[in-house]
Amino acid sequence: MRGRGRFVGDIHMPGLREVAFLRSPAAHAKISSKAKSPDHAVDTFFSEDLIGVSPIVTRSSIPGYKVSQYPILATDRVRFVGEPVAMCVAKSRAIAEDLIEQVEIGYDDLPVIASCAGGRRENAELLHPEWGDNLFLETFFDSGVDEVIAKAPISVELEMTCARQTMHPMEGKGVLAWWDDRADQLVVHTSTQVPHMIRAGLAECLGIAQAQIRVAPPDVGGGFGYKCLLQPEEVAVAWLAATFKKPFRWTEDRREHLVAGANARQHEYHVKAYADAQGRLLALDAEVSVDTGAYSVWPFTACLEAAQAGGNLPGPYHLPAYRCRTYSVATNKPPFAPYRGVARPGVCFAMEQVIDAIAQKVGREAWEVRRDNLVPASAMPYTNITNKHYDSGDYPEALVAAKDMIGLEAFRAGAKRDDRGRYLGIGFASFTEQSAHGTKVFASWGLPLVPGFDQAHVKLTPDGALEVAAGIHTIGQGLETTLAQIAHEQTGVPLKHIRVTLGDTATTPFSTGAYASRGIVMSGGAVSRAAEVVAGRIKSIAAHLLQVEPAAVGFAEGRIFAANASVTYEDVGRAWYLRPDQLPETVNTAGLEATEGYKPEVDTGVFSYATHAVRLAVDPETGLVEILDYAIVEDCGRMVNPMIVEGQTYGGAAQGIGTALFEESPYDDNAQPLASTLLDYILPGPTELPTFRIDHRETLSPYSAHGIKGVGEGGAIAPPAAIVNAINDALSPLNATIRQVPASPQRIREAIRRARPSQATESRRDVAR
Amino acid sequence: MKSSAFELKHARTLGEATELLAGADGNAKVLAGGQSLVPMLNLRLARPKLLVDIKRASGFRELAADDKVFSIGAGWTHAEIEDGVLEDPTRGLLRSVAHGIAYRAVRNRGTMGGSLAHADPAADWVSTLAALGAVIVAQGGEEQPKRYAAESFVDGAFSTKLGESEVIAAIEVPRLSADASWAYQKICRKTGEFANAIGVAVLDQKAGIKRVLAGATSGSPALLPETAARLAEAGPGAACEIAAEEIRRVLPNLDIDTQELHAVAVRRALATLGGRQGR
Repeated sequence: MRGRGRFVGDIHMPGLREVAFLRSPAAHAKISSKAKSPDHAVDTFFSEDLIGVSPIVTRSSIPGYKVSQYPILATDRVRFVGEPVAMCVAKSRAIAEDLIEQVEIGYDDLPVIASCAGGRRENAELLHPEWGDNLFLETFFDSGVDEVIAKAPISVELEMTCARQTMHPMEGKGVLAWWDDRADQLVVHTSTQVPHMIRAGLAECLGIAQAQIRVAPPDVGGGFGYKCLLQPEEVAVAWLAATFKKPFRWTEDRREHLVAGANARQHEYHVKAYADAQGRLLALDAEVSVDTGAYSVWPFTACLEAAQAGGNLPGPYHLPAYRCRTYSVATNKPPFAPYRGVARPGVCFAMEQVIDAIAQKVGREAWEVRRDNLVPASAMPYTNITNKHYDSGDYPEALVAAKDMIGLEAFRAGAKRDDRGRYLGIGFASFTEQSAHGTKVFASWGLPLVPGFDQAHVKLTPDGALEVAAGIHTIGQGLETTLAQIAHEQTGVPLKHIRVTLGDTATTPFSTGAYASRGIVMSGGAVSRAAEVVAGRIKSIAAHLLQVEPAAVGFAEGRIFAANASVTYEDVGRAWYLRPDQLPETVNTAGLEATEGYKPEVDTGVFSYATHAVRLAVDPETGLVEILDYAIVEDCGRMVNPMIVEGQTYGGAAQGIGTALFEESPYDDNAQPLASTLLDYILPGPTELPTFRIDHRETLSPYSAHGIKGVGEGGAIAPPAAIVNAINDALSPLNATIRQVPASPQRIREAIRRARPSQATESRRDVAR
Repeated sequence: MKSSAFELKHARTLGEATELLAGADGNAKVLAGGQSLVPMLNLRLARPKLLVDIKRASGFRELAADDKVFSIGAGWTHAEIEDGVLEDPTRGLLRSVAHGIAYRAVRNRGTMGGSLAHADPAADWVSTLAALGAVIVAQGGEEQPKRYAAESFVDGAFSTKLGESEVIAAIEVPRLSADASWAYQKICRKTGEFANAIGVAVLDQKAGIKRVLAGATSGSPALLPETAARLAEAGPGAACEIAAEEIRRVLPNLDIDTQELHAVAVRRALATLGGRQGR
């Protein structure tokens, strides 16, 4: 860490004006009046001032999907607390905030939809009156389960919920836009994961040709999905710059993020599972509701979450029969966005509790029931009941290894409580994670933009260095390192002579960007292909210089060899660019640069998988949980850089622990957010995180370049499931069960209180579930 | 999240600070370490016209001692107390509590007086000094300083007995004898968070101090005199038995879960005390 990063907030520009947004204090209201302060009318903007600007509209090709009009600034209605209503500009943010306070908006409150149940209630107030109900989408899948259910020896029924969360990248959202007179171009420095998509989105909302927009993201301090969306503030700031031809900046602060960015994870599950007497799954009958918020984000739609939830619930298991209904309910909350793991932390949380509940019912160890249900290595590649195509791996082996790492047998032989009276437990969670899913998958989710071939450009410079350019952006995931490694692998150019440029739409070929654990597979594949082409041309020229056949040429030790003779990359670069007189007439005129596109041969995704195992202690009096040991056995195919793989796993698991134990954006019945500062929104810190012990497997994908699979999200998926299973294991002597994350101390105390003998009726009801 | 405009004045002395406060018609705030006030300013929850910076003012870092009382200037930081830069008259309680306040970056700037004036019921000093029976010395416009008992100084969440133009000058902490034992238990979500419940027990038969307290309530901390008397007469085990019942009685407005959590904190403090006495 040298402090040399340059983020949106670090950019200085003459005449830069700062933007502040007035945000709705009401969750649902009609705007009855708007008044600017007469002194500052020219620096204050309402929706009607944004001439030529269209709302964010996300269409989907899925039948029945309802489209929302997400205004850049509210027009006549507000639909969540934190929705931008007006903006003010000034020479400093503090003054802009002063101006905001002088804007007067009248609100006529409307009935509020604060939950999925509230949104689906008969005669509920409608968020979007033209819809007729409050459902973005309802889906139904049924492989035929009734017959299986009727005969199933055992069944369990569970209701489980995940709290709403924020994603909380270390750097919040930020955008600075200015007009480049010389290029006659709007330049947008935005903190984004998806610069090329943002250009498309801005062009659509502003009515400007894409060629007249350059999106040039600086360093990005974490994305996690929050920055893969076109945000209203981004459009508003770009409009200011395009209209006034001056630089403007908005920097999201923590309070804005906690209130207007509470947009992830809130799922409700009602699952009935059927199994044989050994605990082998026979059927699953599930209902999933997603508290989707007021509008659809762009471009990932308001139904991606529910589609992923319904499609991924069966997880890494062999499931013969499946029925699932999903509801994407519009509520008076911020628009739902895909957070690291996208739906799968919720799905894993639900499915892994089901497995534990079945194990309890049949009187076996949860890991054994898990093992018996996992798709075995011998079945790979395996197409599951929701048509997910698992490409490779040994799921049961990873589970058994995790079980041994955490020391289950020794633990079962030891005491159930420690010397402080705390209850001890072990929990497991296994998952398989579709990563780098491609064209077909996104098309089936009905997205307006579907990723195809990711592209990369590779070029040898006259002095023999390599320039790599890709349209994906770096958000802290180390792509500068890993893409350079791949380019080195193909060309032999030493790493220190490889320079990677990412994200800028003016200097990089198109990529839909960094999301869905796709970077290393897609952009890595594209760099591999482009570098391979350039490597061939390097060999041709080197062969000519060495007077041998190209096939006789190889790369070693930063030079190009034919037997004992060698030339340098600089010799090759110089020959092509500066001394073409040395080259034959037959030389390839495309030169020492190439742009290539890539997607895996089978682009339904490559499946990373893992088992997490956790040992923890629960203090029954305080409800506090201490993680004593945490073991992860994971497989992401070929590890391009093991240190980066582990970094991604640590970071993801830390966020997963946040989901499991700490993070929550609670709302009251009026959909007022109750956690608007970090005093109320608890993030895990270093002392709350265990030392993760990680063991790797490297099962190559048969479908992707170099057998690589995605690894960016997986760490975040399993912790809520593993931790809640461990808590329930620990509390089993008390008959207490928790089915909700975060498993806060208060919820754990409540669960224990509910299970006390004096409230036996309550406790029986819970067990019956 | 930027502060609204205010005027900033740097007081050179304690006297100048009180003059500035007196001239501001109640529209001034004292800035010491700023660890609570600055966030409140940025959230625009505090909107003073004038900020009186006392960080470099003389008169806030005096130390005075006799054999009964040790007076600590209000401007000493948590980190200085933690590090033992000044004497700890409580034989380790102050240092131990200081070590557990927030995290080091906050402790480096935050002051004991500032924490008391801010009066977050969950703040560590509010409970600790009340449990010790400390006296808070405040200087206003008059010549004689005012003296407030720590146990009733905080009279609600973020509310104190401090007058508009008064500033905390020092805290008088009773000296504990070599016979004394103390225990402090804080229950919180994670390291550095404000507490959900605090239990403090101080027993010094020689100095005549027997106090047990439940802190981090929704208002001022609650002394538990019956539990304390029981502690002095029959020991920690006996005191534990009646603590929960007394908490329910003195904090009737809290829900059962919160009452139970306070009982846990107090019982654990008493149990720790028992362990120490047994050594």
